[in-house]
Amino acid sequence: MANSKIRNFCIVAHIDHGKSTLADRILEKTETVAIRDMEDQLLDNMDIERERGITIKARAVRLKYTAKDGEDYIFNLIDTPGHVDFNYEVSRSLAACEGAILVVDASQGIEAQTLANTYLAIEHDLEVVPVVNKIDLPSADPERVCAEVENVIGIPAMDAPRISAKMGTNIEEVLERIVIDIPAPEGDTEKPLQALIFDSYYDSYKGVIIYVRVKEGTVKVGDNIRLMATGAVFTVVEAGFMDASSLVNNGSLEAGEVGYIAASIKSIGDTRVGDTVTNNDRPCDEPLPGYRKVNPMVFSGIYPADGAKYGDLRDALEKLRLNDASLSFEPETSIALGFGFRCGFLGLLHMEIIQERLEREYNLDLITTAPSVIYKVTMTNGEVQYIDNPTNYPDPALIQTAEEPMVKASILSPSEFVGNIMELCQDRRGIFKDMKYLDDTRVELHYELPLNEIIYDFFDVLKSRTKGYASFDYEMMGYVPSKLVKLDILLNGEIVDALSFIIHTDKAYGRARKIAEKLKENIPRQLFEVPIQAAIGGKIIARETVKAMRKDVLAKCYGGDITRKKKLLEKQKEGKKRMRQLGTVEVPQEAFMSVLKLDS
Amino acid sequence: MNTLGIYIHVPFCGRKCSYCDFYSLNYNKNNADLYLRSVLRNIQYYSDRSRIVDTVYFGGGTPSLLPAESIAQMIDEIKKCFRLSENVEITLEANPNTLTPDKLRQLRDNGVNRLSIGVQSMIDSELKFLGRTHTADRAKKAVLDAAEAGFRNISCDLMIALPYQTAESVEFSINELAALPVDHISAYMLTIEDGTAFDKQNIRDIMPDEDLTAELYLSMINCLKEKGFEQYEISNFAKNGFESRHNCRYWKCLDYIGIGPAAHSCYNGKRFAVMPNLKEFIDATHQKIYITDESPCGFKESAMLRLRLAEGLNIGECGEKSEDILKKIPTLQKAGYVTYEDGKLALTAKGFLMSNSIIEYLIF
Repeated sequence: MANSKIRNFCIVAHIDHGKSTLADRILEKTETVAIRDMEDQLLDNMDIERERGITIKARAVRLKYTAKDGEDYIFNLIDTPGHVDFNYEVSRSLAACEGAILVVDASQGIEAQTLANTYLAIEHDLEVVPVVNKIDLPSADPERVCAEVENVIGIPAMDAPRISAKMGTNIEEVLERIVIDIPAPEGDTEKPLQALIFDSYYDSYKGVIIYVRVKEGTVKVGDNIRLMATGAVFTVVEAGFMDASSLVNNGSLEAGEVGYIAASIKSIGDTRVGDTVTNNDRPCDEPLPGYRKVNPMVFSGIYPADGAKYGDLRDALEKLRLNDASLSFEPETSIALGFGFRCGFLGLLHMEIIQERLEREYNLDLITTAPSVIYKVTMTNGEVQYIDNPTNYPDPALIQTAEEPMVKASILSPSEFVGNIMELCQDRRGIFKDMKYLDDTRVELHYELPLNEIIYDFFDVLKSRTKGYASFDYEMMGYVPSKLVKLDILLNGEIVDALSFIIHTDKAYGRARKIAEKLKENIPRQLFEVPIQAAIGGKIIARETVKAMRKDVLAKCYGGDITRKKKLLEKQKEGKKRMRQLGTVEVPQEAFMSVLKLDS
Repeated sequence: MNTLGIYIHVPFCGRKCSYCDFYSLNYNKNNADLYLRSVLRNIQYYSDRSRIVDTVYFGGGTPSLLPAESIAQMIDEIKKCFRLSENVEITLEANPNTLTPDKLRQLRDNGVNRLSIGVQSMIDSELKFLGRTHTADRAKKAVLDAAEAGFRNISCDLMIALPYQTAESVEFSINELAALPVDHISAYMLTIEDGTAFDKQNIRDIMPDEDLTAELYLSMINCLKEKGFEQYEISNFAKNGFESRHNCRYWKCLDYIGIGPAAHSCYNGKRFAVMPNLKEFIDATHQKIYITDESPCGFKESAMLRLRLAEGLNIGECGEKSEDILKKIPTLQKAGYVTYEDGKLALTAKGFLMSNSIIEYLIF
């Protein structure tokens, strides 16, 4: 099919603004899916995504549409992750498209992530097609929202389709806009192959499946391809596209097309999002621009609650990594928690998703340590160290300067919550940059925030202080010097390595007190009293005590039933195996977890 | 000397107390007769003239509900089937309401020489709460009548950790009992057992908490000591020489045969129990048992039981485990849980209160 009949596009929307529902309607209208096969929200195929209403991994699907001009068109709908953790993946998905449908909720207007992704789309020269969704809601105000889009983003929006994806209203109008407004792809099928990888996943039969946008040239079954960043060479086994439910092996893909390649690739580490696929025998001169290796930003120790499950945890992490090249992990040992893994994540959401998948899909009971960012430490001898595990934080006497990563944060919110937001950002050591009104009722605030202040619970607190209305987005901006200290927690005088963390001096006292209180709540009274201390270096800055238990005795009448008594003690002993034994102190799992949620 | 204890479980009560989870049924004469015949058959079944029986214990239930002749028949049967020690201790558990002067005299004449009277409290409101059918005055009269009938070894049960109980109300009950001819007191803590009348949230809600219970226990020990009752086990207190010899068999891993539904035995190298089913017990030629422990009285078990006793555990007898135990003693001493003198490790009053944790920490 001629390129003029192809449209490659994605949908940009805030969580809950209806991206997946609109995608489903488009699939339905193009009869890509038989109605009876429709499951709600087809494009999100992971349970967690569906439950959280967010899309984690991009997918691409090919649709056929007969437009009002009587011609048949091919639509390639590329789904994009909506969350800031996956910003880079979003940018690669956008680079595979010529246009983006911007879905805005008719009652809520633009949110921070939408804005960030729309700017990203404009940066990539995409044609942005605004669509106002949820016009069926009583609170819908499409005129106001269209005006907001024009004001804030600066694209014409007054004639944007007003739709209800849920009810199926005005979906054809969207389809026609795709045909009319979004440009057809360009590219020369005769040129050397240049294809952009925008997603990949591991299939246990076919190996790694890579999703590509062919920019120049042609790729067909039997070709030797080279992945330029890693230099790995493979022979193409399948090339084709995905319809709503399965991969269709077409034999080839040409410039302008979006589809998949299977080439018996064993390791997802070879296929990096953003990399360029070329023909090994007739390579292109240069890779496509924009590739970068994605580095983890947030680190946390993950341990099996039951030490015997270490092997299971390793297997599970390896399986997850098959599908998720951005997950990194390596073995680590904690005195308190035993054998586990130091895991690196793109961000907090990514971390939560991995933890949840480990627990849910692999039935593992986990203990995770407080998330940490990477600190940059310059030693007095000039050596530079990057520290992602508080345990490895050097002796302060040997540190010349310590630096922490900062982010540029943008927060969109109804103006009534500005006070609350400023208070929160101030509390998190934020530096106010500017604030602008998007319209009469909505503002956009810009702050510089230390990454370590937002990795715990910033988003949750922001939501609760703005009745759920504020949205939040951030990008990394590099390291700045900071007054950092390592805070240790001691139980019965012994440092519990898994509870140590790095923190700004000004926050240390408050945090120390809260942690001590939380631990006191979560460590049960036991045979001996448990002193809880928080210390910086050798200096104790907070203290609590779990008083010794007073009564644990069988002082009742019994007719010589000794076996029962013995079994009771054996059971008691067994029950304590679920606790971590640190010296004479028994610490339940919940105690480790409780310090991660200090404000809730 | 290869001595033996015999426990006879009498599963009848006039009325079930609200806290009780022992096996007992309403008394009726027909069942009691059938039950008696079955007990006699079982005494014969275990018959062993080489064994010297030095304690017999009628527990329940309410053994004092049975006619004195029934008790006499059982004692006689034991005499026929075993050798009875000259100074055998024969205990009968009794509800104050069932003890008339006549019955007491008959029991005494038939060989019962120790009474364990279920007094529980000397405060009527506490008795009523517990579902006891007698008053404090009735209990006092029962003790006095028993002494009058010639009993010189009278034990009373006392219950602490009752809702609204205070150190003072416990002291009151102790003073009342100490003024009577009582030589032994078993003091238990009220615990709510599944399936009992007390197994209800509104009762659990008013139970004293851990700290108050501990205070009540400690002040009770002091009170009893002042009145001459020395603690010799977690729940047991006696004037000099009046320790329960039968119960001591349990704590010293000595043999005892249990007869009757739900009775437990430690006999010929096994622990076993009888099904808690009166009909089954009555119908069977000899009682059906199930083994609860194939090889009892190992180190863990004997040490666990020894540590319940005030005399404590001889570390010299702990074999390879002694090194590990010795290492843990200083921490326990520092916390005030144990004393360690002349090679004997013993729990203090504070230690008794934490005995499960301590035993588990040391032994298990």
